[in-house]
Amino acid sequence: MASLKALKDRIGSVKSTQKITKAMQMVAAAKLKRAQNAAEAGRPYAQRLEKVVASLASKVTISSTTPKLLSGTGKDDVHLFVVATSDKGLAGAFNANIARLARREADKLIAQGKTVEFYTIGRKGRAVLRRLYPKQMKHAIEPGDLGKLTFDDAHEWAEDLIKRYEDGEFDVAHLFYSEFQSVLSQVPTQQQLIPVKIPEGAAEEKSSAAVEYEPDEEAILADLLPRNVAVQIFRAMRENAASEQGSKMTAMDNATRNAGDLIKRLNIEYNRKRQAAITTELVEIISGAEAL
Amino acid sequence: MPLHFELVTPEKLVRSEEVYQVVVPGAEGDFGVLANHAPFMATVRDGNLTVYAEEKSQPETIAIRGGFAEVNDKGLTVLAEHAE
Repeated sequence: MASLKALKDRIGSVKSTQKITKAMQMVAAAKLKRAQNAAEAGRPYAQRLEKVVASLASKVTISSTTPKLLSGTGKDDVHLFVVATSDKGLAGAFNANIARLARREADKLIAQGKTVEFYTIGRKGRAVLRRLYPKQMKHAIEPGDLGKLTFDDAHEWAEDLIKRYEDGEFDVAHLFYSEFQSVLSQVPTQQQLIPVKIPEGAAEEKSSAAVEYEPDEEAILADLLPRNVAVQIFRAMRENAASEQGSKMTAMDNATRNAGDLIKRLNIEYNRKRQAAITTELVEIISGAEAL
Repeated sequence: MPLHFELVTPEKLVRSEEVYQVVVPGAEGDFGVLANHAPFMATVRDGNLTVYAEEKSQPETIAIRGGFAEVNDKGLTVLAEHAE
């Protein structure tokens, strides 16, 4: 039976845990606001670039001179999974959900006899995947604080990926990240990164006048495609940053509430025990007095 | 009639305003864009954008890197990786 002292200590420790989770929740809420704003600020660029690339791609006919980033290598034997998670835990199922989706897709492709390799951004995803596929880890990046990433970082990774692609290390690259929908819902998402996928219907903007190009369409396309890869990665990182904070906020909110419940229960137990002790004492005194 | 000019980077929308003229450092030579310019697309070399808010006003320069310019009937949009 736990003594009164032990119960009191227990309550104290749960209370300080609650303080910490409460603080983490508030920090996550503040960071979420910022991450959300950042994700929104980046949207115009991504949208315009996508539209331009789509309209250019619809004009260019696939030939041997078409950039490989658009036409593909003509095979789909080796798939590279770029799995973007975060470096830090304590964010609910955020990292686990992304890793699970990647794993499911990977197993599907492996069952079809394809080779799957992993390129991880973020320590948490890497830890899970390395345990399952120790031989297929290609490269790992530790991005640090997702909220502080700049476009230069994404650009660097994109360049590295494109170089590997051109060296023939893989045929298709998929990007895994968590799309931010709301504080309560973040959806793990898979997206084809290389070759560049042209969204259907995006090029449907009919312009009345003929557009002039300088240099020609194909040269512009060759210039824009690598940039598009970087932008997609950057966008995914931004989404991830918002998702991570949203997920962390919910997780910490739950933890705070659980701690509250626990404190309530422990308090009741403590009071009950205190009363029992007092009653015993009284009984002792009264029976002592009666004996006289 | 003023020209609608937008400068966008992956991190944010830097400018969105009505101006008189913008001179863009195109990959194959500088070009100036006034209102009602014909539709045009060009890659941009690293350099300075020169923005004239009014016809006779002092030009303002914005350094950009890694860019691309599009002129359509809505105006001029410059997509740049960096802008200062």
